[in-house]
Order: sequence, then structure tokens, then C-alpha cells
Amino acid sequence: MYVAVKGGEAAIANAHSLLADRRRGDRSVPALRLDQIVEQLALGVDRVMSEGSLYDRELAALAIVQSRGDLIEAIFLVRAYRTTLPRFGYSKPIDTGTMLVERRVSATYKDLPGGQLLGPTFDYTHRLLDPELAAGADVAQPLLRETEAQAMPRVSAILAREGLIEPDGEMPQDHVPGDITREPLEFPMARDIRLQALSRGDEGFLLALGYSTQRGYARNHPFVGEIRIGEVELELDVPELPFAVPLGTVRVTECQMVNQFKGSAKAPPQFTRGYGLVFGQSERKAMAMALCDRALRAKELGEDVVAAAQDEEFVISHSDNVQATGFVEHLKLPHYVDFQAELDLVRRMRAEHDAHQNPVKVEEKREAAE
Amino acid sequence: MTDIATYNFAYLDEQTKRMIRRAILKGIAIPGYQVPFASREMPMPYGWGTGGVQVTASIIGPDDVLKVIDQGADDTTNAVSIRAFFKKVANVAVTTDTASATIIQTRHRIPEHPLTAGQVLVYQVPIPEPLRFLEPRETETRKMHALEEYGLMHVKLYEDIAKHGRIATTYAYPVKVEGRYVMDPSPTPKFDNPKMHRSPALQLFGAGREKRIYAVPPFTEVVSLDFEDHPFEVQTFDQPCALCAAENVYLDEVILDDHGGHMFVCSDTDHCEKRRADGHHGHLAPENHLASEKMEPAQ
Repeated sequence: MYVAVKGGEAAIANAHSLLADRRRGDRSVPALRLDQIVEQLALGVDRVMSEGSLYDRELAALAIVQSRGDLIEAIFLVRAYRTTLPRFGYSKPIDTGTMLVERRVSATYKDLPGGQLLGPTFDYTHRLLDPELAAGADVAQPLLRETEAQAMPRVSAILAREGLIEPDGEMPQDHVPGDITREPLEFPMARDIRLQALSRGDEGFLLALGYSTQRGYARNHPFVGEIRIGEVELELDVPELPFAVPLGTVRVTECQMVNQFKGSAKAPPQFTRGYGLVFGQSERKAMAMALCDRALRAKELGEDVVAAAQDEEFVISHSDNVQATGFVEHLKLPHYVDFQAELDLVRRMRAEHDAHQNPVKVEEKREAAE
Repeated sequence: MTDIATYNFAYLDEQTKRMIRRAILKGIAIPGYQVPFASREMPMPYGWGTGGVQVTASIIGPDDVLKVIDQGADDTTNAVSIRAFFKKVANVAVTTDTASATIIQTRHRIPEHPLTAGQVLVYQVPIPEPLRFLEPRETETRKMHALEEYGLMHVKLYEDIAKHGRIATTYAYPVKVEGRYVMDPSPTPKFDNPKMHRSPALQLFGAGREKRIYAVPPFTEVVSLDFEDHPFEVQTFDQPCALCAAENVYLDEVILDDHGGHMFVCSDTDHCEKRRADGHHGHLAPENHLASEKMEPAQ
């Protein structure tokens, strides 16, 4: 006896109330507060801000707790909120040369103006689980020193003085920076658009592609010219005022890869650049982005496009994890209508196939009998 | 805590709606041409109807009556979810009745009840490019459309016939619109293709993730690709709907037990319910048995 399946509405409501229950978990355990997430899961918050393209720690923390710690879901929540916000202007380009630096390392020079600053890094920690942390041990105050007045020039500027590295990319005078949240992507794309897409691209995807370039799929001989993490000031041009208005500061991670380049028909032998910039502290993402950026410049530099990481349409079309997760997961939506059509086709083709096979079998049997 | 903004009528801000309406108008002016548009992140995932939702949100007004179907049914979970979304953000009247809807958003089906002038059918489209599985590059496929270079598609259909004795495409069957653009009708079964031809309703297609909108204006030629000696044909079913005895409609196969028992019922639930209310009974309709109360919501 067939019972018509109805009540999708009630099922959805019930599923969501179960979700809310599971999200909260055991009620005898205190609920997470947003400031706890902001303070103690800061790198997760940074990833959500960076790939969600919205610099707001509290909203990112809310998204993380609402998504039960599923960061791609949290990024999606932030994006869906961000897209409804009015756009009242574009900030001036940030100057990472004047960054209030907390970490800065260079792999190309042993020492350099401003020095090497390790900052809060996992590097050189031994990855041993810490039972004291589980026991809630107190954490000692860190040693801090006064900020130095000495400027910390970017390594690329030091190399540029000798003319050994290509200049920073220039856009034509009348070039208006694109906005991938307001214009559909078109291929091929200018580098400003590409960098925007990479900056919000999925960390894991870019990591894998960057890794592939190191393993020989479009090898581009990279050195970390510099990674710096710290606060930079944001400024906005307001038409009524003769000067740019400071809006506050944002924490960013910048990575400048310096890549060996033997020269081509289009460019002389020199070091070339790969660039990564993301919100918050995310070295892995910034480095992967810089590797991908350099790989994607293949055409511009006259290199052969031979690997996935150099293929702009492939990389940029698939780097957005909100798009990717939506489309992959839509496969669990009902497809019975199309499946029915395919069932019908396969049944007909099977029937024809059997009809075609059977006379042969009959023939074989007769031969065997003879 | 940041103030969470209240949302505009139908969710999207008016600037965005204007941008989408421009894309729709361009699509109507060039039937079958895929217009790129700056698709927004929506509060439902990409691939779950964001394109259709954006199109509907841009054209819907307070007086509209909305119907949402998925697989032909009004009560599939995603249809329920999208209908609830518009009820919430636009406060519009919703219906399951095909004839009284002004806007019908659909995934994978065209209603059995013929559409009329003034109605708009909004399709949710996953992959708008009919040539995508023959040529993965957008830069190439756009060129092919511009040059009306559709040989590759005909070769594919021909190879189907050579290999399988028939065109082995059962849904998302490519059509040519007004003799110019080859268009993906969205993954509707080819059974529905003839309904698109010279339909009095406006047909709009939204692909959110792929950022494309296209349109078929009312009374436009929509021809399924075929060959003279292998003409296009739709699926046929050997039996009528088990509930309402309808013939020449698209049927879903429902598994009844684990011994191979199955029945075929209308995929269009509104059509099926209307027919049963009019007194049509299939051989497995509950009225033929004792337990009509079993039609009440299950679970």
C-alpha cells in the first residue's frame, strides 16, 4: 500500500531543531561564548574572515559556533551575510611596508634591516600533545619588547634596488580595480581579479596546487622572500574631504615569493614575484596563494602552460569552497525524475542487448551439441 | 554585537535586483543566449537553486502568487524550503495550483497543466552550458556559440546513434532556440522539451554558481536537436499513473517492497491530486482500498 510522502515542512523543522540540540550538546557543559572563540580559536576565526571576505572577528566566531566548527559552513554563513551589506566605497591600497609587524621572516637573507622576527609561530614547536593544556594550566606572560621606530622595508624592495627582480606589477593608468563580488568572472582575467579570487579561495585547494608546483607540475623555483604578519591601517577617500580618512587597522599576512626565472622571449632573466595576501594570520594560505599566483603568471611571462596550477580557468573556477561545497552536496537533492529517465533508457538498452545476445547463445548450444 | 540588518523585500537589495533584471531583459532580447551576471551569495547553497531564487527574487512583486516545485512535486524538501524562504522574505501568496500561480519556480520538471500567457516559469539551472561536457573551457564554448559552431554537438548525437542505436540523452536534452542558440533546457527529462516550444509563458533560466541567466520569450521556437532519420522522441510509459490513471504524463517509479514490487505515479503532484479530486482513480489509488486515512501525512 503506497502512502504519499507528505510533510516535508514538518520534517525540515524537526531536523533543524535536532540540529540546534546537537549543536548545543550536553547542557551541563557551559555554552561557548563568542569571545572565547575569538581569543582561543583565533586562527580558525582568521580563516573564516579571510575566505568569507569579511573582516569581523565576532561575526566569524558566531558563524563558527553556529556551524558547529565546520569552517566551510561558517565561511558560507559569513558570505551570505556579507553579500547583503551596502557598498559605500573602496579603501585605498594598504601599505604593508608600514605594517606594525609581529612576525617577519625571510628565507633569502640571513639578516636584513628590521631583522628576523619569529613572532607567535608553530614553527620549531615539537608537535607533542600537551596534557597540561588539557588540565587547564596557567600560561605565563610572554616577553615583549618595545616596537622599534626603525622601518622594516620589504625584501622585494631591497632586491628591486639592484634591479634583480621584476618591478611590482603595474596596471594601466585608467585601470579600475575589479570586484569579483560585483562582476561575473570572465576569462582570461587581469591579475587584480585573480588575486582577489585566490585570496578568498579554499586553503586546502590552493595548498594542494601550490604543493604540486613544488613537485614538478609547473615548477617555479620559489624562495620565501618574506612573510610578514601584522596590523596595517585602512584608509578611505571621502569625496567631501581633501585627505584620506583612517578607518582602523586590519591584521594581514603577506607572502612575497621570489622565483628564479631564466628569461623568455617576453622577459629578461631576473627574479619574478608570486604574491599572497590574506586577512588574519594564515601563513600556509598566503604561501600557497603566492605559489599559485606565480604559476598562473605563466602566459604573461611566456612560459609553457603544462600543469593544472598554471591553468587560470581551472584554478579560479574551482577555488571557491562555498561554490564547490554547494554543488558537490547538491547531489543529495532528489534527482528521481532524471534517474527515472536513465532507468528507462538502461532497461530498453538491456532488453535490446539481451535480444541480440540470445540468438548467439542458441547458436552456440547447437554447435556444442553437434 | 553587530546589528544584523533587516532584509529588503525578497531578500536582494534593489541595486542587485536591477542588475539581474537587466540581465533578464538582455536574455529575453537574445533568446537562448547565456547572459553573464554578478550572481550573489544566497542564504542557500550554490547548486540548490540560487540562480532560480535570484531570478524569482528580482521579478516577484507583492501581488504575485508563487508556486515552487522540485521533481514536479510541491512537497519535496528543497521546494518546501524555497517556498518558505519567499513566504518569509517577500510575504507573497504561495500555491500548489499550477493554473493560479503567476510565477512557478522549478527544478527538473515543467508542470503537466499547460501554462498560459502572463505566467513566468523560472528554472533552476546547474550547468547552463549545453556544450560543457564536450568542451570544458568557457573561453572556447563562448566562441563556439558566437560562431554558431555546433558541429561538435551533432557529432556527439551521431556517435550515440552509432554506438547505442539511439540518442542516449534522456534529460538536459539540447534544444535550438529560435533557430540560433543551442540551449540547455536544464536537467528536465526530454519528455518536457516539447512543452517549451511556443509556450505562451515566459521562461527564465537562472544559474547562480555559474553566473548565467538566459530566457525563452513567449511563443518562441524551441526545437530539440535530432536527425531526419532519427527524429526526436519523448519517453513513453507502458502503464498509466497508479493513483490517477493519467496517461501521457511523466511518471516516477516508487518502490513498494524489497521483492521487486513497484508502481508508477505522476511526478507532478498537483496534477495527480487534481485528477483524483475530479474522480479519476488508478488501480492502486487508496479509494480502491479501505484505508483512505493512510493518505494523511506519513511519519
